Amino acid sequence: MAPAPSSTYSAITLNINGEKYALSVDHRTTLLDALRERLDLTGTKKGCDQGQCGACTILLDGRRAVSCLQLAVAAQGREITTIEGMAQGERLHPVQQAFLDLDGYQCGYCTPGQICSAVAVLEEHAAGWPSAVTDDVRPEAGPPPLTAEEIRERMSGNLCRCGAYVSIVQAVARAAATDATDAETAEAENTAEAVA
Amino acid sequence: MREFGYQRVSDVADAVALLGADPDARFLGGGTNLVDLMKTGVERPARLVDVRELPLDRIESTKDGALRIGATVTNSDLAAHPEVRRRYPALTQAVLAGASGQLRNMATVGGNLLQRTRCGYFADVTKPCNKRLPGSGCPAIEGEHRNHAILGASDHCVAVHPSDMGVALTAFDAVVSYETADGPGELPLADFYPPVGHTPHLETALPPGALITGVTLPPAPVAALSRYRKVRERASYAFAIGSIAAALEVRDGVVHDVRLAFGAVASRPWRARAAERVLRGAPAGGETFAAAAEAELATAKPLPHNGYKVTLMRNLVVGVLTELAEEAAR
Amino acid sequence: MTTVTTGTTTAKGSVGTAHTRVEGRDKVTGAARYAGEIPFAELAHGWLVLSTVARGRISSVQDASVLGMPGVLAVLHHRNAPPVETDYIGLLGVRPDPTAAVFQHDRVPHVGWPVALVVAETSEQAREAAEALVVHYEEEPHDVAFSGSRADAYPLDAHMPAVSEKGDLESELAASAVVLDAEYTTPEEHHSPMEPHAATAFWDGGRLEVVDSNQGTTWVAGELAKMFSLDPASVRVRSEHVGGGFGSKGLRAHQVAAVMAATILQRPVRVIMTRRQMFSLAGYRSPTTQRIRLGADADGRLRALEHHCLSLTSTVHEFIEPGAGVARAMYDADAHHTANRLVRLDVPTPTWMRAPGEAPGSFALESALDELAEKCGIDPIALRVRNEPERGPVSGLPFSSRNLLACFREGAHRFGWADRDPRPGLRREGRWLLGTGTAAASFPAGAAPSTAVVTAEADGSFTVRIAAADIGTGARTALTLVAADALEVTPDRVRVRIGDSDFGPAMIAGGSMGTRSWSWAVMTAAGELRERLALGTGVPPEGITVRSDTSAAIGALAQKERHAFGAQFAEVAVDVTTGEVRVRRMLGVFAAGRIVNPLTARNQFIGGMTWGISMALHEEAVRDQSSGGHVGADLAGYHVATHADVPLIEADWVDDPDPEDPVGIKGIGEIGIVGAAAAIANAVWHATGVRHRSLPIRPDRVLPGATGAPHA
Repeated sequence: MAPAPSSTYSAITLNINGEKYALSVDHRTTLLDALRERLDLTGTKKGCDQGQCGACTILLDGRRAVSCLQLAVAAQGREITTIEGMAQGERLHPVQQAFLDLDGYQCGYCTPGQICSAVAVLEEHAAGWPSAVTDDVRPEAGPPPLTAEEIRERMSGNLCRCGAYVSIVQAVARAAATDATDAETAEAENTAEAVA
Repeated sequence: MREFGYQRVSDVADAVALLGADPDARFLGGGTNLVDLMKTGVERPARLVDVRELPLDRIESTKDGALRIGATVTNSDLAAHPEVRRRYPALTQAVLAGASGQLRNMATVGGNLLQRTRCGYFADVTKPCNKRLPGSGCPAIEGEHRNHAILGASDHCVAVHPSDMGVALTAFDAVVSYETADGPGELPLADFYPPVGHTPHLETALPPGALITGVTLPPAPVAALSRYRKVRERASYAFAIGSIAAALEVRDGVVHDVRLAFGAVASRPWRARAAERVLRGAPAGGETFAAAAEAELATAKPLPHNGYKVTLMRNLVVGVLTELAEEAAR
Repeated sequence: MTTVTTGTTTAKGSVGTAHTRVEGRDKVTGAARYAGEIPFAELAHGWLVLSTVARGRISSVQDASVLGMPGVLAVLHHRNAPPVETDYIGLLGVRPDPTAAVFQHDRVPHVGWPVALVVAETSEQAREAAEALVVHYEEEPHDVAFSGSRADAYPLDAHMPAVSEKGDLESELAASAVVLDAEYTTPEEHHSPMEPHAATAFWDGGRLEVVDSNQGTTWVAGELAKMFSLDPASVRVRSEHVGGGFGSKGLRAHQVAAVMAATILQRPVRVIMTRRQMFSLAGYRSPTTQRIRLGADADGRLRALEHHCLSLTSTVHEFIEPGAGVARAMYDADAHHTANRLVRLDVPTPTWMRAPGEAPGSFALESALDELAEKCGIDPIALRVRNEPERGPVSGLPFSSRNLLACFREGAHRFGWADRDPRPGLRREGRWLLGTGTAAASFPAGAAPSTAVVTAEADGSFTVRIAAADIGTGARTALTLVAADALEVTPDRVRVRIGDSDFGPAMIAGGSMGTRSWSWAVMTAAGELRERLALGTGVPPEGITVRSDTSAAIGALAQKERHAFGAQFAEVAVDVTTGEVRVRRMLGVFAAGRIVNPLTARNQFIGGMTWGISMALHEEAVRDQSSGGHVGADLAGYHVATHADVPLIEADWVDDPDPEDPVGIKGIGEIGIVGAAAAIANAVWHATGVRHRSLPIRPDRVLPGATGAPHA
């Protein structure tokens, strides 16, 4: 139950998954808590509330962000996409479908964050962004192939305590292969990296 | 977290005027450090002035060949910028080595320079800390300090600065621009963080109420061949236990120009000027590199449990400079 | 009436074929609701306040000013909280850790002890009020110093006897051609499930309901009933989706505090642990100091085996980490001595954490075996073959099945072990030294009594109700397949409902016993239902329901050594100039009975092995001796492996039949971690020539030993 507006409260409108939500927020309310406790959008998970696990990952203006360190009042005017906005009706996003098919999770609690992060990873890679494991970051070197190593580094802001990383990386690679043209290397590389 | 007022500004002058000299007000950028510290009670501002939408989000080349980076440029945009990647690749590598993709999308350049130490005692308000509560003591010195400073620390504080970006910026002689109610000013990053001494709570030389508006990287041809190497206790998404930003230009087998800065060894990104002096004009080889490392680390004062950092930094200096020299020779 | 057929639509079994999770779509769309996510009208938010001193008494709780803060509804503490009962034995046969029985007295036994609960209208108000609450303490000197030389250590019998002794150890050691005497240490480790502990308590028509995140609803309901002196039938605990548990999600302070507050306020109250609070409230794995002495003939046959394990517990509750137990199943020797000892300190109570005993114990024992192989100059796998026991080394009982050597054979083949040069420090790739290592794994395969209810619905579908918990194991899906096979129908006709104490008593998700125990109950009920339907009687509108209880069947099981086994392989790269260690690949081959769902089982095994990487290289909670509390008690300070730490890991299994076992399923939740850290440590030795006997293998530990050339 939200108290009346004051200098420590604001009436705001949040744009979430293409819909507008008007609410009064305590300035202390994070976007994560606004989603979970005020708007009943509980798909976004709270793992640490400190930016240290990635479970609360959402997209802000199309870029991934941790909603636990984003104040709700400061999110006004931005386009927010949560896990609830990933599927198109009954049709799952290719990343969601790949997580489901390849068992890219166990308990499922980090999963919405992993999926939101993975969707952004594919876009960041498509935009030519290098990563910390990219050998040559100079633009002349061109975009790095989306190898398993690149996926792992780019997904490292999403902890999975069940230890489902292997299948998550495989799922991201498969989604990349279905999603983009040049990303087929990822799944091929990931498969070729077999142990024996 | 106590209740606080919130205002969003779109103009630098408004931002500076709104904050004034109110010690209970803070600028809010990406919030990746401030909001966390507010949750843990380390920061208890009464007012936040949201500067994220200020028109300081551009990276521009200036006529004199410098690169001017706006304060609200996100870490991600800085790392991905073609000019940064081309002219200062170690800066891109340093930024990408920090935090996570999510946090880099939120964090800003200005905020990065102001981020607080990750010392576990500082972050826990139930424990003493001279940085958080001056005069309360520094339990890290007798306690857990495996990842604390070996250079430039004092008996009052041994915390390290957590920034990766700052290490590369320091190596490349970045200059910080700021705005105050009394007008603009500039501070070389070398002078931005005062020595710890007995005032570990005074973390920057910025005037009270100043707003960082940008960072300028002067032209540095040497930076074109540069590298950032970060060592940490997990392969990614962890703070450094030791890092190095290095740039090397070799002519005829001799070090013509060099830049060297260390991370996670001091209260600030540590410019290794003693090492640079040894290197300039000396043959580009393992002996010189080792001598340079020795020169810089001669003043190191490790604590009982962080002496490994001396070895680590020595090895990083030799290892990364050797790699750069080999690359230069190709 | 409708006629329901079974046995016609499926000839082939569902068990053994890969099935995606039945709740998978809910999990990938965010529709699956976890404990803190069910909306309630008039919900109030509770925030726990924890002690800041390690030992002493609460002298005052300054609640008056906090009660005046915006939105604050109540402040519960030892002066106003209702009394609760702690003198009882719970479902698992042990007394409750009194840490959960909050606010009963003024004593503070460790940093992070719950001293108050602040309840407010919003979570923001509750957090601020909790931070503002001033608690005064009379502080006393504390002792949190854990070391192998504690004179006050004592043996403690728990689910296994503290001590086993056979033969004359000293004389066998004296007669041995090769002797190893080494100390191994493992640090304090935390479960850190991604979903923090969360409970919402409310009263509904005279019944207490708790929506919770736990590993066993009937377990937690039973504990709450006893603690609050309620009729067990008047307590209902639900836990539909659980964001990881690993042993930490039983009865804890948050549920009890929520029930107290809901009772006093007569409205729903939700209490969620913060990530930092979890480090002192959610249990953890004790650090261990282990000493191992091995004596062997020149060919590696063990004459003497001694394994001592010291762990710690709190001053309020005894819990022992039985690291020395693993030797009782793994290796025999003419003289065989094992002992688990305990020391009590001013720290929180540890608890079961994924492979309790086996995880730290196997690190020490399997590292020691590798060291012995080196000393004897024989291959580490050959050493294990030479010491493969015929019967339980301590019990003398036969093994129900023991296919450890088959795991090694298959694993060695797939890993390319035959090509390995045993000499350390020889392989280099750029700045990295490379090495490989192996270790054996085992974990007990037990079962506990459970009940299940299976209903043939009038629409031709089947509903299974069992108070099982799916904490990420895939149990819901596994039980669907098990039920489908028992009913001889396709899985799409079976709906499995779990996570509700109203479904009747059942084993918890723990001890790698959940799926085995629940499957037994489901198979029994479903089998009987199939037989009844086969008689051809119609199904009335209310369906036909059959209940099962496996108590008698489990009691009739022959006494045997029942374990899953496995062989772990790892390849690592070590940069001795920076101290960085990276695992390049891992392979685990397991003999773990019947594999119900290969898709989720493989994930489970790999998850355990991933824990092994995390344990070997990263995990360590640091306790500050001065304050007695943690430093860096969060997920930035306590590192668990992230994506970049985990290479492609392969897990597979060999046939492991046991014709005398009615279910044939062994647990797979824990064995993946067993031996994994040792395989990695052994690989680090092979890469560098330096033995690491203390975990985690941090850069600062690799660096000093690595400055010189590796000794071969």
